[in-house]
Amino acid sequence: MGLFLLRRLGVMLLTALCLTFVVFFLTNLYPNLEKLAKTQGNFRMSDRDVSSWLTSRGYTRPMLVKYGEWLGVVPGYVIDGADGTTRARCATGGTPVADAPKFCGVLQGKWGFSTRAKEDAGVIMWRGLTLTGFLMMWALILTIPTALLIGVLAGMREGSKTDRTLSTFSIVTSATPEYVSGVVLIAIFASSAVNLKWLKGSATSAMNDASLENFLLPVLTIALFSIGYIARMTRASMTEVMTAQYIRTARLKGVSFKNIVMKHALRNALIAPFTVIILQIPYLLTGVVITETLFNYKGFGWLLVQSASNNDIDVLLGVSVISVVIVLLTQLISDIGYVYLNPRIRIS
Amino acid sequence: MEPLTTLEILGRIFTQFLPVWITMALTFGLSITFKRNLGLYGRIFDSTVGMIGFALVTFWVFTALYAGVFDLIATHDPLVQVSGMKNKVPGTALRAPEEGQYAYYLLGGDTLARDVFSQAVYGSAVVLAIAPLATLFGYVVGITLGLPAGYFGGRLDTILSFLANLILAFPVILLFYLLVTPEIVATGIPAYMAAVFFIFPLVFLTVLLNSRYHVLPHIRTPLIVGVLGVGGLLYFSLISEQGRGTFVDFWPASLDLFNIPGGVLVVFVSVVFVNSPTIFRIMRGLTMDVKSRDYVSAAQTRGESAWYIMLWEILPNVRGPLIVDFCLRIGYATILLGTLGFFGLGLPPESPDWGTTINTGRKLLSVYLHPALTPAFSLLSLVLGLNLLADGLREESLKD
Repeated sequence: MGLFLLRRLGVMLLTALCLTFVVFFLTNLYPNLEKLAKTQGNFRMSDRDVSSWLTSRGYTRPMLVKYGEWLGVVPGYVIDGADGTTRARCATGGTPVADAPKFCGVLQGKWGFSTRAKEDAGVIMWRGLTLTGFLMMWALILTIPTALLIGVLAGMREGSKTDRTLSTFSIVTSATPEYVSGVVLIAIFASSAVNLKWLKGSATSAMNDASLENFLLPVLTIALFSIGYIARMTRASMTEVMTAQYIRTARLKGVSFKNIVMKHALRNALIAPFTVIILQIPYLLTGVVITETLFNYKGFGWLLVQSASNNDIDVLLGVSVISVVIVLLTQLISDIGYVYLNPRIRIS
Repeated sequence: MEPLTTLEILGRIFTQFLPVWITMALTFGLSITFKRNLGLYGRIFDSTVGMIGFALVTFWVFTALYAGVFDLIATHDPLVQVSGMKNKVPGTALRAPEEGQYAYYLLGGDTLARDVFSQAVYGSAVVLAIAPLATLFGYVVGITLGLPAGYFGGRLDTILSFLANLILAFPVILLFYLLVTPEIVATGIPAYMAAVFFIFPLVFLTVLLNSRYHVLPHIRTPLIVGVLGVGGLLYFSLISEQGRGTFVDFWPASLDLFNIPGGVLVVFVSVVFVNSPTIFRIMRGLTMDVKSRDYVSAAQTRGESAWYIMLWEILPNVRGPLIVDFCLRIGYATILLGTLGFFGLGLPPESPDWGTTINTGRKLLSVYLHPALTPAFSLLSLVLGLNLLADGLREESLKD
């Protein structure tokens, strides 16, 4: 087990390195840098101005050196700019160039500087993550019990009326992407055209003070898709268990249906959905980006969209590191959890 | 003129779709009559779920066909703005209809006074031109790489699996933002990727035919020359971009059969890119599962080449799960395409595809519902249809 974990961690590290380098490479391509210079300086800069702006901020040096700086394994640059000012990578937030530390990269815990928000990238990301964490938490609290309940009820008696109704519901919701369900939900509950106006179509106010009125719709939007998907998986696993030999034996012995479901079937039927739920978390990330954009909730997903459309390199890199770590960690947890939950694998 | 009542709107929409209804009725009639002779396709008509799914899918396929190819069904040009029709509710009459112009906006006008109904109809043509084809290309890439990875295993498998997991670990939206922005398109990276992806079908077909017919040179040689000739011409026409200064600028214009608009190509490539690792993993898993079967050992004993075994023994035998997954994946590609449109990436902002129109419509959602809801329900019904069809197919193929 220890060796397995160590290998997985190694692969994770390698993946994260490769991916951040890809992001770094793409964001540091010249057209992107030019756009950055023009948005930061002014839009009527000549080509020479652009290149001197970039040179004095260290953007034109070789890709690998810049990547090393960002990682924190190469000392940060100190450049005497063409305009007479000396700039150092590590001298941010008013520190004089002379006092700046030598290394400042991710390994030193420095996430860099957001060129769009003019703030420390780490601070911005932490703010976004807490907001999104809150949203995700409520989405999961809503999703997991509902999905499992629907799946178990549907799979309990395959082909019954309950099964057909619940299966239709789950297949419809799992075919609805967030930008469709969000739009439909806003149209029904928040628009003046339908005139129910029970809830709000924007979650901006939920960032400080979340209430049912401004927070239910985004949570529901994220949850609906996963509910359908997890419920379908649970149903499949439940129907499989219900046709197993040992369930038939229990029935023949005269155990009541309720006891069969609760004591015999449920435990085995929930192994497969566990993996599905854990692996659904990275998928929620995509849903979160859409939902946060739709409801204008300034969390992690919103940050991703903002930094990507403004080529905010440091934030974008941070965002990709975090999302890659989330994806790989959930894969690891699902593998380990599967081994622990499944006696056939655990004992052998 | 008076605005139409709800019933009249529904009636008129029904008449607009008349060609689609007729074709669907024909398809269903013929298929149900001959369903015993049609293999797996015929068995869709044994399951209710499969039939509902098939009906939804064929509805959109025929709509796209009639709208995209014959200019039927839609009432207006999706790009034409008619004055006085901004944000008008469904069934509003045109103020001063010209000669030959349809007198109503059946599902209302959007914020730019364009016809919502026609946009949704033409949107289906855009979506159904890209999604299935992109899925198919993703399949060819996934199969060509997944088969040897599963069959040979070893270092090849390790490297390819690592690459596939690498792409899968990327959040889809971040990938889209990195690939589809105009700045990246200017660097030519998507053009390089297109050049790589589109070569897979050529390689696939060549290997497929060569592995089967290499013992019969008089069939093999003309076949491969033909495939490479036609395929090569299509390939270079597809990737060449005259006068854009990228590396694929060498192909003579006289041999350039068609030009894909830059935005569409980028969208196409990124959908293929996102889909192929999953297909690779499915294919690899299926191959590993099947390669110890007796018929594979028999072929190995006969001394068949590795590629013959992979392409002519393993691939046809795992087609069941692949066909089911293909349906699901077209739905997923449709969702991805909608996501791109929703974020305003790739396709031009006036494109009638569903994602883009949802994005335009959502901005006024609290007051006007129809511009966003129409494409939203169109997309939902297509994806739902594909999911139901996949379910029906899975059920029927499990009955063996």
